[in-house]
Amino acid sequence: MSAVITVDDVSKQYRLYHERNQSLKAAIMRRARVKYEEFWALRDVSFEVPEGATFALIGENGSGKSTLLKCMAHILRPEKGRIETNGKISALLELGAGFHPELTGRENIFLNGSILGMSKKQLNQRFDEIVGFAGLEHFIDTPVKNYSSGMYVRLGFSVAINVDPEILLIDEVLAVGDAEFQRKCLEKFDDFRAAGKTIVIVSHALESVRNLCDTAAWLEHGQLRRIGNASEVIDEYLTESHADRAADGTHGARWGSGEARVEKIEVLDASGEPVKRVCTGDTVVFRFHYKSDALIAKPVWGMALYTLDGVWVTGPSTREVGLFPDQLEPGAEGYVDLRVERLLLLPGTYDVSASLFNITGATVYDMRHRAVRFDVEFGDPHEEYGFVSLGGSWEGAILDAAR
Amino acid sequence: MTRLAEYAEARELTVNLMLRELRGRYKRSALGWTWSLLNPLSTVIVFSIVFAFFLKVKPPVGHPSGLDNFAMFLLCGLLPFNYLSNSMNGSLDALLANSNLIRKVYFPREVLVVSTIGALLVTFLVELGVLGVLLLAFGNMILPWIPMLLVLVAIQTVFVLGIGLMLSVLNVYFRDVKHFINISLQALFYSAPIVYPISFVEDAARRTSFPLLRVYELNPLVRFVDAYRAVLYDLRFPALSDILYTSAWAVALLALGLFVFHRLDRRLAEEV
Repeated sequence: MSAVITVDDVSKQYRLYHERNQSLKAAIMRRARVKYEEFWALRDVSFEVPEGATFALIGENGSGKSTLLKCMAHILRPEKGRIETNGKISALLELGAGFHPELTGRENIFLNGSILGMSKKQLNQRFDEIVGFAGLEHFIDTPVKNYSSGMYVRLGFSVAINVDPEILLIDEVLAVGDAEFQRKCLEKFDDFRAAGKTIVIVSHALESVRNLCDTAAWLEHGQLRRIGNASEVIDEYLTESHADRAADGTHGARWGSGEARVEKIEVLDASGEPVKRVCTGDTVVFRFHYKSDALIAKPVWGMALYTLDGVWVTGPSTREVGLFPDQLEPGAEGYVDLRVERLLLLPGTYDVSASLFNITGATVYDMRHRAVRFDVEFGDPHEEYGFVSLGGSWEGAILDAAR
Repeated sequence: MTRLAEYAEARELTVNLMLRELRGRYKRSALGWTWSLLNPLSTVIVFSIVFAFFLKVKPPVGHPSGLDNFAMFLLCGLLPFNYLSNSMNGSLDALLANSNLIRKVYFPREVLVVSTIGALLVTFLVELGVLGVLLLAFGNMILPWIPMLLVLVAIQTVFVLGIGLMLSVLNVYFRDVKHFINISLQALFYSAPIVYPISFVEDAARRTSFPLLRVYELNPLVRFVDAYRAVLYDLRFPALSDILYTSAWAVALLALGLFVFHRLDRRLAEEV
């Protein structure tokens, strides 16, 4: 396989202006053209993206992955090194960039298409497909300023994906539109890969990346940390980035009176060993160590799970199941467990919150918001979409025959 | 890819952006394109009252056309000036107004300037068409002179492209280029024989030992106005020296414009 994108010793410098100097007077007064601090967003990065690869750039915010993607798209030019690309590129950095609000959807398709490098002939051929894919048949002669934001983005995506590039660069745009549209997008990516085209994705949605990509490059502070098999690189990245989010929970917001506290939150496997990674269907124990300094009447323990995006997945508490201990003595110490026989969370990264409050909920003794993080990987049931499995089984005569 | 190949590929984009500019310009205004004609018309009315009526500026009689009309005299100089000044103003905003595109999509950035000026060129040609009809109505048989007129338009277009490329990118780095240009344009308007005949300057030159006329004619705009007026008002060939002089400026400015643009467009996506 030959390389379609060669990143050769690339460094990119940004200028951080302290006092923006865009007036001649200021420039003359200061006798310097501009005063700025240098900031290297990328430093000596070299690698190749092979033809037909689905390639991910991962890393924390500010690691330089979006900068690198823009360099690949030739929007930014590196100060040092060079990037060679082989083939027509379409970059999905912002959908609908260049739409003119007063023009209709139809006019904007032709305008945006030509901005992305399509000829009028190609656009005529694909027009129906573009409109159909976006699902905007009825609105195509309406000015786009009257579109909803979803319609706007769908049209932008539809035009961009129909450019039919050899290389597709995508920056965090996978999560647009409703579920139906997302499914169509994923199908389109599959077509792309099947056609042997190259995709480079920048994303924080690591589990999607794991499913979608074969190779990943991990950037850290503008430098290439590791490149290789996507799943392995992501594992290593997750291990490392979680190391600083300690298991006893030092992150996340914390509030409450402090008379009684959740001292430590643990995620344990069936054998009682602390884990950071579990699989769908595993037995998991969430253990909440508490300590009390005062006399607490009728304490309630609660926990909550959040996705990385902050979606509240679940929030069970001892109150809901009617377990009301009379009181916590001053100096009482111990733990309560939430034992989950079959964890039906789907692959992804989740945060655990824990709280200790009184029966009415009026007094919060300790609330530790999103204090501990753990990953869920594919297990049994092997399911992909959404946050939870229903744990159901598919049945039917025709399915039995296929079993 | 070489720049030339990129330019060739960007032709269609240029035309489309030009159309966006033209279509978007008068959207949702009741009079639409009429505005593009009302603008010079109002200038002509105001200037005719002030200069022809109050100040008694006498336009020279067209030779050999015999045309003697201040409004026509004024329009022959005003329209090319408007083309220049609109192009300069348009170029100043060409990059900044499209910052979202520049930051998100790659294409040769010159396209934005070229399409802005292209749209203004279309407007200019429409205005010249209307002026042509007016001139015909006043008995100036300009039809045989259309090819010569188009040559002048072509030279001026190269000229404004060079200026436009330079201004567009300079204004990204120094935002007060725009304000400087706004002031300069006013001076530029009176620096050329647009509302007054060049004979006024010749008279003034005789009263002083300073080589006024020679300095005056260094201004390429003076030569452009002179040439346009020769073709449209007088119905004769413009002076060869005017054509050579303006062409030289046009080529030099385009070269300089491209040079400056390519020197400064490296970090455009970060600065707009």
